[in-house]
Order: sequence, then structure tokens, then C-alpha cells
Amino acid sequence: MTIAFTAKGLTKTYGEGRSAVHALRGVDLEIPQGEIVVMLGASGSGKSTLLNILGGLDHASTGTVHFRDICLTDLDDSGLTRYRREHVGFVFQFYNLMPSLTARENVELVTEIADNPMRPEEALELVGLKERVDHFPSQLSGGEQQRVAIARAIAKQPEVLFCDEPTGALDSATGRAVLRVLNEVNQRLGATVLMVTHAANIAGMAHKVIRLADGQIREVEQNETRLSPEEVVW
Amino acid sequence: MKPLDRKLLRDLNHIRGQVIAIAAVIAVGVLLQVMMSGLVTSLTETRRAYYERNRLANVFASLTRAPDSQLAILAEIPGVARVEGRVRGAALVNLPDEAVPIQARATSLEERGEQLLNQVYLTEGRMPGQASRDEILLLAGFAAAHDIAPGDTLNVTMNGARRTLRITGLAQSPELLYAAAPGQMVPDPARFAVIWMQRTSLAAAYDMSGAFNEVLFALGRGASEPEVIDRIDSVLDRWGGTGAYGRDDLVSDRFVQEEIAGLETMARSVPPLFLAVAAFLLYIVVSRIVQSEREEIGLLKAFGYTNGEVGSHYFKMVLIVATAGAAVGCILGILSGRAMIPVYTKFYNFPFLVFRPDPTSFVIGVGASIAAASAGGLFVLRRVFALDPAEAMRPPAPADYSRTVTFDGPVGRMLDQPSRMILRGVARRPWRVAALIAGVAGGMALSAGMTTIYGSFDTMQDLSFTVIDRSDATVVFNTPLSEKAALELARVPGVLRVEPTRDVSAILRNGLKTQRGAVSGMIADTELSRAIDKDLRPIPLPERGIVLSQSLADILEIEPGEMLTIEVREGRRPVLEVPVVRVARSLIGTPAYMQLDALNREMKEPLRITSARLMVDPARADEIYATLSDMPTVAGVTVAEDLQASLQRLMDEGAGSARYIMGVVAFVITFGIVYNAARIAQTELNRDLASLRVMGFSKGEAAFVLLGELGLIMLVAVPLGSVLGYGLSILIAKGFSSEIYQIPTGFDPWSHGFAASFTLAAAMVSGWLVKRDLDRTALIDVLKSRE
Repeated sequence: MTIAFTAKGLTKTYGEGRSAVHALRGVDLEIPQGEIVVMLGASGSGKSTLLNILGGLDHASTGTVHFRDICLTDLDDSGLTRYRREHVGFVFQFYNLMPSLTARENVELVTEIADNPMRPEEALELVGLKERVDHFPSQLSGGEQQRVAIARAIAKQPEVLFCDEPTGALDSATGRAVLRVLNEVNQRLGATVLMVTHAANIAGMAHKVIRLADGQIREVEQNETRLSPEEVVW
Repeated sequence: MKPLDRKLLRDLNHIRGQVIAIAAVIAVGVLLQVMMSGLVTSLTETRRAYYERNRLANVFASLTRAPDSQLAILAEIPGVARVEGRVRGAALVNLPDEAVPIQARATSLEERGEQLLNQVYLTEGRMPGQASRDEILLLAGFAAAHDIAPGDTLNVTMNGARRTLRITGLAQSPELLYAAAPGQMVPDPARFAVIWMQRTSLAAAYDMSGAFNEVLFALGRGASEPEVIDRIDSVLDRWGGTGAYGRDDLVSDRFVQEEIAGLETMARSVPPLFLAVAAFLLYIVVSRIVQSEREEIGLLKAFGYTNGEVGSHYFKMVLIVATAGAAVGCILGILSGRAMIPVYTKFYNFPFLVFRPDPTSFVIGVGASIAAASAGGLFVLRRVFALDPAEAMRPPAPADYSRTVTFDGPVGRMLDQPSRMILRGVARRPWRVAALIAGVAGGMALSAGMTTIYGSFDTMQDLSFTVIDRSDATVVFNTPLSEKAALELARVPGVLRVEPTRDVSAILRNGLKTQRGAVSGMIADTELSRAIDKDLRPIPLPERGIVLSQSLADILEIEPGEMLTIEVREGRRPVLEVPVVRVARSLIGTPAYMQLDALNREMKEPLRITSARLMVDPARADEIYATLSDMPTVAGVTVAEDLQASLQRLMDEGAGSARYIMGVVAFVITFGIVYNAARIAQTELNRDLASLRVMGFSKGEAAFVLLGELGLIMLVAVPLGSVLGYGLSILIAKGFSSEIYQIPTGFDPWSHGFAASFTLAAAMVSGWLVKRDLDRTALIDVLKSRE
């Protein structure tokens, strides 16, 4: 089993002195390559902070994080930019599509700067939007927009896909469709999918579930049997 | 404090850079409004009070000589309330440390008690004694320029005789607000003196006992000035009258009026420009805030806040910026107005001048700022009202770009996605981009226009003193002399060239258009003083006909080929009809040129000259000027260098000095607009930029999208601004030009290059400032927000 991420003694503190907020208080963690990992936790548990550090969007205060043999905690800003550009994709709760670009162009935004991208049309087909490639975000539903965001994130064939509340703004049917796409990306591309969510029910489809509270990992659970996206109760 | 008000203050603090920039634009507009209209009020009021208090005459007339008995006849003219005869003579003041004698005017004081008209204003010392023969008052400005005080003596040449006179006091007069030597357009306090003496002594000096050669009239209520002038002329005709004229033609008053009119025009036209720019910027900034606070607005409405309450929260933001800017503008306006007062008291000889800010200018300044800002604010309110709570709580739908541009063409397909984002952004809201382009182009135009004007002032000086008039000095004679006088000057050692001139004072008339002035007769092959065309080539003076300066031709609305009537006001006072042959480029004054022989022929007075232009050996200049001052026929010597210096002073201290303020303002405004354009682009694209960064775009690549639009704006705005700047420079030159000097215009590549460089530098600095903020933005915070 290849390990994608190794974190040791990870802490993150915002602010100083009495007003300091300890978002992470010593996290040790290993995430294997090619799994779907769901991080659960209440608001303020540190799950998003952890995701951001692993995704190269934020620096840890102390401790180390390795993505394979790259030490993320050693990288400077441009190093992290390169890491995000070459290895990872992101999906956010509010899609963050470029309203001025069509679905295809949104995907091309990434394929233009990636080393080994798939064709934009292929990425859009993968998320079931083959027919909507020339539509602008304003002409797509919320679920469709989120699927374009996923197509954009996977088009570079990333090794890791980070999803922060990807279904947070969606109803159950569209939410399930998005989960189905994420599952397929994991299976077909072998990408590690790291998902942060409030929704405990989504945990059923993960290989591994990490529960966080007060900036620490409370429990790591390996699912013996995984639910299919259709079986996820909303 | 209400929570909403606290939020308001924090919001303002958050965008303080933009708030300051916009408030500064408003402040500058209001500053100019308050300062200029305050100066207009102060000058107008002070002038009126001064004229009234010191009884400035309504009509003036000069003549050769008339017995005092004629005064009674003049007093009989219907409409005339008061008459006063005066003796006036040309004099020369000899100061020990001045090589060149200084032109002076001697004016009589009424002995029988108080002066009826044109009373002097004593600034220091006392009036000359009733019986004293050698006591005088001296013009205060001249005394100050030479450090002369009451009690000192002064060597004066009057009518060829040298006298030593004792100064009892210093004075100013309402007829000398603008005190320029006769024949000079530009005042030079050091080079023109006025002395006042008891009438008996002065009359004795000028052979005027029992007579007068100048007369002043006060008119009664409802009198018709033109009719009175006609009657006066008919009485004075046989006494050598040169034509009576009203206050409007009094040189001093005309220049003050021109100054006031110039200030009024600027006070009316410039501030609205600033307020419009500010209103637009406010609208963009506040509407952006409303857009980003949809959720809060929805929430407030859900809590039960009314549209009015929520709207007023955002409206207050607009009002605070506008009011703060206007208040600062008012204060700075008063301060700069006060700072300008010494310039005016020094330049115009007002005995007292207090800056009186015009109360209506505050009302107009503040009111217009708030109105302009509110106009922007109302558009914003419309959006606030339109938001319904449930709608506001949902994330906004992505902006609709479906009707912008498709990039299906061969060129379009070559564009990368960031470039497409920039172009679609422009295409989706062309009006917003157009407005920003107009704003930046406007700033660039102001900068280019003002820089051009700086250069034009120098060009004007340069052309005037190296191309048009290349003489070193001009000698003016007491009376018209024979051409032999020129030969006499040529014999003075060190004088290299002498060119005789005859200046004939006249009223130039074309139909209803008239101008009091002079016709200069010059020798045919003149080298030292020339009429030039627009390509700076000398215009040969024709055998018959007249060459007019452009400024004069404009006043008279006459063109080459048309006939000009010249009513000569001296000698036999003939009325001549001469064809206008050419129009010459004019920079100083309103000259009219004829060939000397032709003029003398028309006057039927051959071989007469009134002045001569000299070219001298610089090493012997002082010696030459000393020799000249001893010549009894010489009324005055003007040295070109002094004239140039006084012109420079006039341009730097008088109305021309406004160009420095306007220049600074132009550059401040350009920066303000460009900076806001960059900030606006940043707030609108914040989220997109953060997304790009997350996707692995480097800071530079993300900044390309941010600054691309700014770049496009600059690409269009700079050339457009250059074109506008060219037009503006013509307008500004017209505004600054007066009868005294005309500012030449043209496309000056250096000025436009400089303004373009500044505008681009402003863009780069602004770009750098917003990019710095962009680099500091916490990506996650932006992306996880709901827009």
C-alpha cells in the first residue's frame, strides 16, 4: 500500500497570546494512495484546517507533512503553488467557477497549465455534462455547476482531489450525483479523494473515516463495507 | 451607537484607501470652488468698495491743454455730476543704483482741500504741504520695490529739468490697481513710478498754470455714458482731446475685470468635473459593497428592518464620504484662498484685501458634492430595495456572460482562458469599462494639457524675446521727434543697431467692434522687432496697409482683405481707412504694424518717430543707459531683460500661477482615478483570483487577470487622453490668455510623453498596491465565502 500523505505532530495556531486559537493540536496521520477518506467533525474541530494544510493552501505552525517524498512543510509559497498545480485538485462548497468562462473553458483553464491533462470534453463527459460544455455557469443548475467544478479539478488527472463540503449547497438528488462522480473519479483515475463534511452519512461511502474534535484526531475508522453513493441517506 | 452605525464605521475603515481617494477628489473640487468663488467675491467687493470710497471717476479724458475755464462748460454736460481737471506729465526717476532711468508719471493733487475724484489712499506718511513746492507722494509699490520711505528724497527729471523732491508719504490709487508703465502691458513695480504733487508746483513744471491736460468725470444716476462721452469729446476736440473713455477702458480696471472673469469661469467649470468623477467612483465602490453583503442585507430584512433602514445604512456611507470630502475641501479652500490673497495684494495694488469666502460657495460646494454622490447612491439603493430576504440568503447566481463574446474565430481560439476572462469581463459591462476609460483618459488629458501649458508659457517667453522682439532695449521719446533722433542714438558708443518706431495712439474700429490701442510704424527691413507668421517666418511690412496681430484681429473680428478704420487720437487726428494685409502671430499684447513711411504718409507728418529699439554691446550696456538717461528727449528706457523678468513674475504670481495648482491637481486626480480603477477590478475579481491561485496559478499569472483589464483600459485611455489633452490644452491656453499675453498651443510630444508616463506609472503603482493585497489575501477565506 502506497502512502500519499504522512503528517507528524501537526499544529496550527491562529493569532498570538491570549487570543490565540489552536486549530490543530498535534495531528499524526497517514493517508494511503487511492482511497476515499472522509474527515468528519463539528464546526471548529480543525478538519478544514487540516485539509488546507494537506492541500498546500496553508502552512502548519509546527510538525511536518509529506506528500509522498515532497515535504510540504518545507515548501515556500511558489513551491506550494507548484504542488497545487501539478498534483492536486480542489472542489469547494460554492463551486467557485469563473462566471466569464463556459464549462469547457473553465476546465481548459486547468488543462492549459497542467502537464498531462485529459481532454476537457472527456473530463466533462466523466461528470455527465457532455451536452452542456458550451454553457456559461449562469446557464447551469447548482448541481451542474458543482460537476463542472469537479471536472475542472480532475481534468489535470490529479493524484489527490480535495473536496470541502462538496455537497453542502446541494439537494439530495444532485448531492448524490456529485458523490457518484467523486466515486467514479476515485475508481477510474485512482485519485485519492479527501473529503471534509459535516454530513456523517456520507462517511459510509469512504474507505476510511477520520473524526476530529478540538484540533485532534479522535478516531480513525476503516469501513469494511462501503456504501454506494445511491445508498447514502440524505 | 447603533450596531449598524458601528458596522458602517468599520466598513469605511476597511476600504479607507478608496474612501480617502474619493474624498480627496471631492475635496479638490470643493477647494477650487470655495477658493475661486471666494476670490471672485473678495476681488469684486474690495474693488467696488475701494472705487466707491476713493471716488474713482466714471469717465476719463486726456487732452493737450485747456484753460480751467473749460471745466465749467464740461460740468454743464447733462449727466455729469462732478468734474475735476488734473495736470499730468511724464517724468523720469533717477535712482543712484539703477543704470536705466525709470519711467514715471506725475499727477496733480487738488490744493483747495480734498480731492473730488480719484482720491489717493495714503498708506504711510502724510500729504504734501499746501504751499510746498517740492513735496510729493510716491506710489507705495514702487517705494517698496526700492526700499524708499517717507522722508527720503527722489531725483526726478520733469519736462527736461532735474529736481530733487522730498517724499512725505506713500500712496495707492483706485486707478492704479494694475500699474503698468505707459506702453507696457506688464506691470513691474520696480520700473514704474507714480508721484503726486500739489497742482501749482506740477503745473509750473509742465507749463500748465491755469490749465489742465487730464479731466475726470463722475456721472449722475441714470446718465448715459456713451452720450456723455460724445459731448465731452465735442468740447475737448479743439483742446487736443484724445477721446474720453469709461471705466471699462481704464487699463487698470480692465485687467482686474479680466482676472475676475477668468476666476469665475474656472469656478464654474472645473469643480463639477471633479464631483462627477467622485460620484461615479462612489457608485462603483458602494454598489460593490452592497453586492458582497447581499446575505447581510437579506438577514437584516428577515429580522424586520425596513428597506428604508437598510438603504439608509448604505446611503450614509455615501453621505459620510461626500460630507467629509466637502468639509475638508471647504477648510482647504479657505486656507488656499487666504494664501492667495498676498499674491493678489502684491500684484494688484489693493490697499486692503481680505479673503471673504462666499457663503453660497459652501452651500453649493457641499450641496453639489452630496447631490453628486447621492446620484450614485440612488442607483445603489435600487439594488438594496430589490433584494428580497429569501433571495438574498441564497448564494447569488453567477453573473451572466452568455451574451458576451464567443471565441470561435481563428484568433479567438488562440486566446488562453485568462485572456478570455479579461475580454468577456470588458464585453459584459462595456459601460463600466468605458466610464473607467473616460475617467483615466480625463486624468491623462488634464495632465497632458497642463504639462503642455507649462511648456507653452516658456515658449511664449522664448518666442517673444528671441524671435519677435530681439532688441536689448527700447527708448521712448517725450514727443514725436524727427528721424535724426535715431541717428543721435546710433552715435552713442556701444549701440550696435537702432531701429526707429512710431507709435500712434488710436481707436481701431471694424464696424461696431473697437479697440483702444496703438499702431506701430516700423522700418521696412526691421531686424529687431518683427511681425511673424505661424511658422515663425517674418512678415514683410507692406507699402500700404496694416498687419494685425491675431489677438487684435480676433477682438475686431476682422480678416485680411477687409478695411480697418483707424481713428488717430493725436496730431491732426485723421481717420484712416487701411486694408488689413496679413494677420501675424501674437504672444504679447495686441500690436498692429505698419511701415513707418506708410504711417507717416497717412498721418501727413513725414519722418517722425516716437521710440527706437536698440541692440547694444552687452559689455557697455550700463554706460549706454546712463548716457540715455541724460538725454532730455528721452521719456523712458525699457530693458528687454527687465521686461522678460516682469513678465515671468506676472505669469508666476498672477492668474498664470493657477497653472501650478491645476497641474498638481491634475496629477493627483489621475492617480486617484487609476488607483480606484485598479481597486474596483480587484474587489470584483477577488474570488476568481483566489480560485486561480488554488488551481495552481502563480501570483503573477493570477495578477495577469487582475491587471489585464487595467492594462486594456490604459491601452485605450492613454491615446484617448492624449487627444483630449490636446483639445484641453487649447481650451486652457484660451483661458489663460488675455490681452496681456497669449499662450501659444500645439501638440507638444514631450508633454504628452510625460503625462503618458505619469499615467502609466500611476497604473503600475496602483497595480502593485492591489497585487500586494492580492498576494496577502487568505485564499480560503475568499473561497469559502458566498461571494
